[in-house]
Amino acid sequence: MTTAPPTTASGPGPYDAPAPHGSPGRDTFALGLPARAPLLTRRAWLALISLIVAAGIGVPVCALVLPQSSALHLSAYTMTLTGKLMCYAIAALALDLVWGYCGILSLGHGLFFALGGYAMGMYLMRAIGHDGVYGSSVPDFMVFLNWHTLPWYWQGTQHLWYALLLVVLVPAALAWGFGFFTFRSRVKGVYLSIITQATTFAAMLLFYRNETGFGGNNGFTDFKRIAGFPITHPGTRTVLLLLTFTMLVLSFIGARAIVTSKLGRVVTAVRDGETRLMFLGYSPLGYKLFVWTVSAVLCAIAGALYVPQVGIINPGEMSPGNSIEMAIWVAVGGRGTLIGPIIGAFAVNGAKSVFTAYFAEYWLFFLGLIFVLVPLLLPNGIMGLIGHVMQLVARRRKNG
Amino acid sequence: MNGTAISDPLNHNPFDDDAPTLSGVASLGHVVEPGAIDVSHGTILYLEDVTVSFDGFRALNQLSLSIDVNELRCVIGPNGAGKTTMMDVITGKTRPDAGKVFLGQTIDLARMNEPAIARAGIGRKFQKPTVFEQHPVWENLELAMKADKGWWASLRARLDRDAQAKIEATLEIIRLEADARRLAGELSHGQKQRLEIGMLLMQRPALLLLDEPAAGMTDDETMELAALLNRLRGSCSMMVVEHDMEFVAALAGDTGRVTVMAEGRVLAHGTLDEVKRDDAVIDSYLGR
Repeated sequence: MTTAPPTTASGPGPYDAPAPHGSPGRDTFALGLPARAPLLTRRAWLALISLIVAAGIGVPVCALVLPQSSALHLSAYTMTLTGKLMCYAIAALALDLVWGYCGILSLGHGLFFALGGYAMGMYLMRAIGHDGVYGSSVPDFMVFLNWHTLPWYWQGTQHLWYALLLVVLVPAALAWGFGFFTFRSRVKGVYLSIITQATTFAAMLLFYRNETGFGGNNGFTDFKRIAGFPITHPGTRTVLLLLTFTMLVLSFIGARAIVTSKLGRVVTAVRDGETRLMFLGYSPLGYKLFVWTVSAVLCAIAGALYVPQVGIINPGEMSPGNSIEMAIWVAVGGRGTLIGPIIGAFAVNGAKSVFTAYFAEYWLFFLGLIFVLVPLLLPNGIMGLIGHVMQLVARRRKNG
Repeated sequence: MNGTAISDPLNHNPFDDDAPTLSGVASLGHVVEPGAIDVSHGTILYLEDVTVSFDGFRALNQLSLSIDVNELRCVIGPNGAGKTTMMDVITGKTRPDAGKVFLGQTIDLARMNEPAIARAGIGRKFQKPTVFEQHPVWENLELAMKADKGWWASLRARLDRDAQAKIEATLEIIRLEADARRLAGELSHGQKQRLEIGMLLMQRPALLLLDEPAAGMTDDETMELAALLNRLRGSCSMMVVEHDMEFVAALAGDTGRVTVMAEGRVLAHGTLDEVKRDDAVIDSYLGR
């Protein structure tokens, strides 16, 4: 090796202007990427729109027009179950945003879900008015506690718009504050998971206390009406179901917009190589806080839609087990995809409904089995399996 | 090469606006410009009496070193000499126990965190190639590109013509055009090294720190890398930590300055020939 004198640089410098197009020095290499990746492919848009049209027409017809004797009639049970599953799907989507894309495994998303539910529940309790068992102006559980006036944090909850504001703002503020301190201290991995778990457990204990003013271990139930409509009426149920469906579609599209943006690419880079990213000049804090807070709010909205349909909210929703189940939905469906958690929420909870109806005592064993087998056999969940099968089919077709 | 502003939009240099802002070059009496690196004394990096201890072990022991604007400095030394610790201190990964670390005359690196230092204009190449394996090659370059790196700007960012031109130009330099859409994790070791260099180019740093960039490369790849770094001369300052003496020779040539480190401090300093003849260096590093 002869020593090349450093002054004679060979070839153009890396920051030199590229040779003009068409000149012999430059071949016409172009990336040809769109300024923004499309939200969905054409076929996906088509499928989504067909689904929206089918649900928009099918649900009201099947629930309200068809007679009860018809095989296609949607019973109250089916509607409640479907609505519940869709709420779970939104929550799973929210958890996947932080876990699948940002690498933050939250085992406390049940807290945000429950907070959204409680905010909605406060309104629903106020909407009972004087129709409670004691006919009092305060909710029944307060009569029980000998409270004659509402605590300060119940003020204004008789308005639906204010309750909806609380649904968004309370979990957002909590998530932001929690995230700010943990992410700034660079708490990561299992440590963060344990803290989220401990937080939801602490909140559960707090909400179990009668003196907290949220109904203690009974929580809120016995709702009568929402926005002036009787809550168990089939028409109200239909509207709630369609609202949940709309929210699920909007969450999906919103999440797509996030993950296809440059922010989405930075966030996945946080997941894969946070240190490298910092040396590129990115502060991960703002990115993590954004995704974390968006996820918490989505989860809370799911909880707010869940409560009027299921008719009850109690501190059990904050139990660590519920949050862990959410992580299972995401893992089963396939994290790091957006369809995956939706499928996972439906699949696991569908199985749960079947199991609890026919062999209730085996459900927890089955759940445990899923928890062990899915990471072993399907590391990328159902979506990974689908991708694998599609690859096999494509290969077989190629080979004739 | 800088300052050749071509107004023709088709052929304009996509990197024109990205050049690091240096102020005070060849002038007496100047105002402090925020964000610009003040190099009025011709020094881009300045370390004075930097000491770092880990559990009583002095990884850096009153290290003093300075690098001139647009210099390519090679740093050699035995294992444990503190070379990587020095890079950690410069890039904010490790806080010095004592001493000064300045970028230019005014930017105190010892008080900044990693992202802020990177944004101030220091790029770092790690020993082991670290690229984002789950991202396609072009996205790796996009992430590295000099831009507003806040979350709000990223949420709204669009991959405009100009940004694509920069990515395309860099892909051509690192010869990964054909692999632009492949996942970075599928690349070979040498290709990953090239990709990481490309990411550093996209950052358009004022000072580039390279920690054993030739590690694990074939001889051809090593010499190609040396040629690339030589072409970078004049557009930024560089500090290369390396073990491969042929590579160092190719970079330093006959006149380039080489720093030899040992036991956390500078052992010798001079051209490659000078340090090779230095008794202390022969004793502690090169061997007789």
